Amino acid sequence: VAILVDERSRVLVQGLEGREGAHHVERMLAAGTRVVAGVQPGKAGEDIQNVPIFDTVFDAVAQTAADVWLAFVPARFAKTAALEAADAGVRLLVLATQGIPVRDAVELVAELDRYGMDEMRRRGLGQRSGNGRRAGFERPVARNASERVPRVRLVGPGSPGLVTPGRCHVGFMAADMFRAGRVGVVSRSGTLTCEIAARLTRAGIGQSTCIGLGGDPVCGLGFVECLELFEADEQTDAVMLVGEIGGDDEQRAAYAAEQMTKPVVAYVAGFAAPPAKRLGHAGAIVSGGAGTAGAKAEAFAAAGIVVARRPDEIPGLVAAALSARAAGDGALGPA
Amino acid sequence: MRHMDLFEWQGKRLLESVGIPVPRGAVVHNVAEAAQVAAAVGFPVVVKAQVLAEGRGKAGGVRVAGGRREIDAVAGHIMGLQIGGHAVRSLLIEELLRVRQEIYLAVTLDRCERRPLLLLSGDGGTALEEVVQRRPEALLTVPLDPLLDPTVAVHDGAMHAVTRIAETSGQGAGLREALLDLATQVYRLYRDRDATLVELSPLALVDDDASGGQGRRVAGRHSGPSLRHTDGAPLRLLALDVKVSIDGNALFRQRDLAAWRSDEDDRERRARNAQVSYVTLDGDIGVIGSGAGLAMSTVDAIAAAGGRAANFCDIGGGARAEQIAAALHVVATDPRVRVLLINVFAGIADGLEVARGLVAGLGRLDAARAAAEAALPIAQAHLAGREVADGAGEMARPPIVVRLDGSNATSGRRLLLTERPEVATVETPLEAVERVVALARKSLVDTLPPVLSADA
Repeated sequence: VAILVDERSRVLVQGLEGREGAHHVERMLAAGTRVVAGVQPGKAGEDIQNVPIFDTVFDAVAQTAADVWLAFVPARFAKTAALEAADAGVRLLVLATQGIPVRDAVELVAELDRYGMDEMRRRGLGQRSGNGRRAGFERPVARNASERVPRVRLVGPGSPGLVTPGRCHVGFMAADMFRAGRVGVVSRSGTLTCEIAARLTRAGIGQSTCIGLGGDPVCGLGFVECLELFEADEQTDAVMLVGEIGGDDEQRAAYAAEQMTKPVVAYVAGFAAPPAKRLGHAGAIVSGGAGTAGAKAEAFAAAGIVVARRPDEIPGLVAAALSARAAGDGALGPA
Repeated sequence: MRHMDLFEWQGKRLLESVGIPVPRGAVVHNVAEAAQVAAAVGFPVVVKAQVLAEGRGKAGGVRVAGGRREIDAVAGHIMGLQIGGHAVRSLLIEELLRVRQEIYLAVTLDRCERRPLLLLSGDGGTALEEVVQRRPEALLTVPLDPLLDPTVAVHDGAMHAVTRIAETSGQGAGLREALLDLATQVYRLYRDRDATLVELSPLALVDDDASGGQGRRVAGRHSGPSLRHTDGAPLRLLALDVKVSIDGNALFRQRDLAAWRSDEDDRERRARNAQVSYVTLDGDIGVIGSGAGLAMSTVDAIAAAGGRAANFCDIGGGARAEQIAAALHVVATDPRVRVLLINVFAGIADGLEVARGLVAGLGRLDAARAAAEAALPIAQAHLAGREVADGAGEMARPPIVVRLDGSNATSGRRLLLTERPEVATVETPLEAVERVVALARKSLVDTLPPVLSADA
């Protein structure tokens, strides 16, 4: 089944206009993606690469049953556009736009969380969890991935897209980098996602799904949920995780990866990055040093997760993880 | 885009705009102005260096001037300081107040929890971080619901925290109400002005004497019980210092704040105008990468190979021709750059398009160099080595190594080889990094005096 997108996904594109937009739509179609609709206000009735265009997301979803929204709308309209898509019933939002104000991203993820919580309450799912580090962050957390199906998921902002090779390409990553297989890739970086997928492909290691989460300070989908989805996915045998400096999503991922039966290999970029220039006490107090590449690599190492030092080490480490798993579900493999 | 830090005087203007009291005073740019403002404020005054750097107090950037005779010397001295690598170009002259207690109050983005966070502490001093390490309970944190109105969000979450601070400081309901109002106004400012940090450090309880009292109340609306010191002296709350950072991506809707932008060097501004992300580092290898992760990974690889990057420059995964040209112009004209590494993985862009962009960018660089040569024949005659001024740097281009891989990269590399044979074109980042580190070493040796280079 892969995760998040597959050959049944019906993709709606918004903000992909002009020659370049047509080029990306063409690339997605050529890669086997079902691009079913485009949205360009005032252009209803026209088409891009024979994909019908609608005035609004509501019209597009009503007429084509689109269930994945890919958008490259200007930063200042991105929050409103994403909420419209959620209101129209789309449950997977892929926001490629970069440079969205932090306030908009914060409000957007809070609104979308609420969609999910309402739905889970209606279905009587979820539990109170002490997941947050500080008191007051209780929110229902699904006990497993399948409980979360109704949630509205936001990938991005700043996502390069998601690829289930050969079945569904959403976004801007070139299809020839990928090959169908059994390794999940999840990354906070755009080009590194392509580079690492291409390295795996050249080494004969195919991918189940590759996800570019986007590198903004505030993003929707994070590593932990992706790891849960990969753990539950029958077509994934191992996960390659690509982290970056900033935030603490890698530390949370290290904890989640420790609970998994499938092997995870990690890489973190930014060891030589200078410490962020930061005014005042608040930043240091809130993050407590979790944002550095060193702290993240340590967290992975402490959780028993293999950490690649350079991108070129990745294929070898992933191959080793796969064969160890094949030899006896990891636990019985060579130390 | 990165955030934009505001000077203290700018932050205080924002506080005043939402009714949060600050000491009386004004910003000045020279000693004569300082004396004028000090006389108007009334001695003694505090003279505070306006720099975007930590450790201002320790560096001697905050001093009291007791009278007319002292102000010229104090202001002149501080104006001549370098604090954290920043020259002091302006001063804030303020009334001296008698501080009874210092409180810490800040709102910042908690990116891990993806929402704003209110921080409060009864220990408002400069050693807050150490205090919090020793006694974590000294800091109270209140997550703020981003979907609620600030008044509701703060009153919903912060009641317990402000009550505790008011009680430990012996002030009770008066301070509690004042802090609630103040926290609300700070969060409203944070939200409405797209800040990523508003930090009052400290927020101070000061003597409310006739000179500064003027009947002003916290947030302009507070009408609860008054604040008094244990000896009965009336007190008031005001922000002695403030740090504000504004989200660089939101400046399109904060145009008045965008006009305050000053915290960047010339290269950083040129890069920003071309929508290229650029950060100055302290090495000698120029780095241009397609995408932030790839550029960071390149800087890491250079460090691991024993080299040092002069900058971090991300032209974006799309690697468009204009961005490549702009990045080349910014990085290749940096006199510190001995060799330039361009690392592009064409995953989003097409490799051939990237190569075309590189050729066009190099062409523009050559044209700029030719124009500079034509305009400056004398300066050219004086050119010696790479120790040249920024303008002359346009003429001496460092050697360039391009790593181009990815979609349609073979055609891209072929085009580069034909059009730009002097540029070293390689396929793997490892090879590229080894080359530039070796070239940077060689260039360093070449510029050393002969005896030393024979040694090396």
